[in-house]
Amino acid sequence: MRIPPKITQAIAVTLLGACTALTLAVLVYIIVSVLDQGLPVVNWDFLFTKPRDMGRAGGILPTLVGTVLLPLLALLIALPLGVGTAIYLTEYTRESKATRFIRFGADCLAGVPSIIFGLFGFIFFVVMLGMGWSLLAGGLTLAIMILPTLIRTSEEAIRAVPNAYREVSFSLGATRWETVLKVVLPNALPGIVTGIMLSIGRCIGETAAVIFTAGSSLHMPLSAMDSVRTMSVHFYILAREGISQENAYGTAAVLIISVLTVNLTAYWMMNRFIAQRNK
Amino acid sequence: MKFNSEKIVHYTLLVMAFSAIASLALIAVFMLKEGLPFILKYGLGKFLLGSTWEPQSGLYGIFPMIVASIWVTLGAMLIGAPLGVAGAVFLNEFAPRPAMRIIKPTIELLAGIPSVVFGFLGVMVLAPFIRVHAGGPGLCLLAAAIILGIMVLPTIISISSDAIGAVPNSYREGALALGATRWQSTYMVVLKAARSGIIASIILAMGRAVGETMAVIMVAGNAVKIPHSALDSVRTLTANIALEMGYATGMHRHALFATGVVLFVIIMILNSIASAAMRRKIGKS
Repeated sequence: MRIPPKITQAIAVTLLGACTALTLAVLVYIIVSVLDQGLPVVNWDFLFTKPRDMGRAGGILPTLVGTVLLPLLALLIALPLGVGTAIYLTEYTRESKATRFIRFGADCLAGVPSIIFGLFGFIFFVVMLGMGWSLLAGGLTLAIMILPTLIRTSEEAIRAVPNAYREVSFSLGATRWETVLKVVLPNALPGIVTGIMLSIGRCIGETAAVIFTAGSSLHMPLSAMDSVRTMSVHFYILAREGISQENAYGTAAVLIISVLTVNLTAYWMMNRFIAQRNK
Repeated sequence: MKFNSEKIVHYTLLVMAFSAIASLALIAVFMLKEGLPFILKYGLGKFLLGSTWEPQSGLYGIFPMIVASIWVTLGAMLIGAPLGVAGAVFLNEFAPRPAMRIIKPTIELLAGIPSVVFGFLGVMVLAPFIRVHAGGPGLCLLAAAIILGIMVLPTIISISSDAIGAVPNSYREGALALGATRWQSTYMVVLKAARSGIIASIILAMGRAVGETMAVIMVAGNAVKIPHSALDSVRTLTANIALEMGYATGMHRHALFATGVVLFVIIMILNSIASAAMRRKIGKS
């Protein structure tokens, strides 16, 4: 006897729904359990005092500073390159072998695992160029890591600007570059900002690429040549070396809140961008 | 004058556009420069198939790590792929629109959870659970596979869901008009049409799982031996690099870079397959 299709459908949908619920439950559980154990540790002192005794006591101030400075430096380097690439691909050339090659390179770079970035950054920036474990070496390594994200999101944002805008600008006698600067980029800005936020989120959460290039000094960085420790690295060291479970949870809570805030902002910007475009 | 400045802009942008491919080339060149001489000197066969990793006595066989990476990745796919694809199908075909509009971004948001956090919870929650209920050391292949399986869920769901969403509605309508139920139209028509995209999502997720480092170090146990059961402690290729890079010098450091070269090659192969699958999808629709 065949099972009636209506019943197979009911079974299938129930199973699929259960899988979806399980996925959501696991992911939400991870966030809730970290916040649940970590938030009680987090207070003013935890955020704004220096760690003592390798992080066993005291706060996370230097790692907070590192977590702000490192992504900023990476962006400073990667953003012009990423947006420049996107402008070139969309405004200055036609689809050709060259553009396919450029996109292929960006796609491959996007797939490179972070430990490889760490190895490369270590041998190239830290050892060969003599930067040592430093903010600069870490920033350069992360810049390469986020480049593909910036290229892709900027390209999509620029492509979404209606052609009529460009035509009007050209008809008023503007050159290509004037059109890009005054018409295309302002209209693509929300999309580009989305890419920026996603890149910052990726930098904040990164560990493997950072630990081998920026090092793990707990001192306050005073120059770009100083080693810094980000929150992710701090958390990893606290947890892995069993230094302090309590402070590890606290750091994880701050880390998760930062990443989620950044990603939520990105998402919100993207939605506004889409809403604006469809108006 | 104006003509000239336009030209300068054009060439500046052209140079910038090669930044990504130049970075990739630089990475490849330096990995090879550091790793290839070692492989040639030590012997590719001995390096890939040797089962003893003892840097202090000059033995650099990474076979146990290759086996561990394969098992951990396959295990992760066994967990992540069905759950992820099921989630994507449910969200696109059966969930009410408003629910989809909340759940999909939530899952994509969760893609941002740093991998160290996954690793930490693996240590705190999953490993003790496995130790108590299944035995063994707890920090093991199974734990690593489960953690990685969860970590790749957002990747699989997000890309599969895009592939399923890209199937034209007329396909579904055609199936329904022939008297198929929604489920029949989903698995006979929609899934077939979205197949390439779904496969691409799984292969991309495999790439992420093979390349993941910190979470795996925390939960896999890191013993260098060929695993005989899912409850054995294992060390993956990535873990091997990250664990020993801090203090390795000379031959030992070159051996770690050579491990990186092997990893790089594996990932590039996986990503090429994924992008070929994606292209086929685009070519078809």
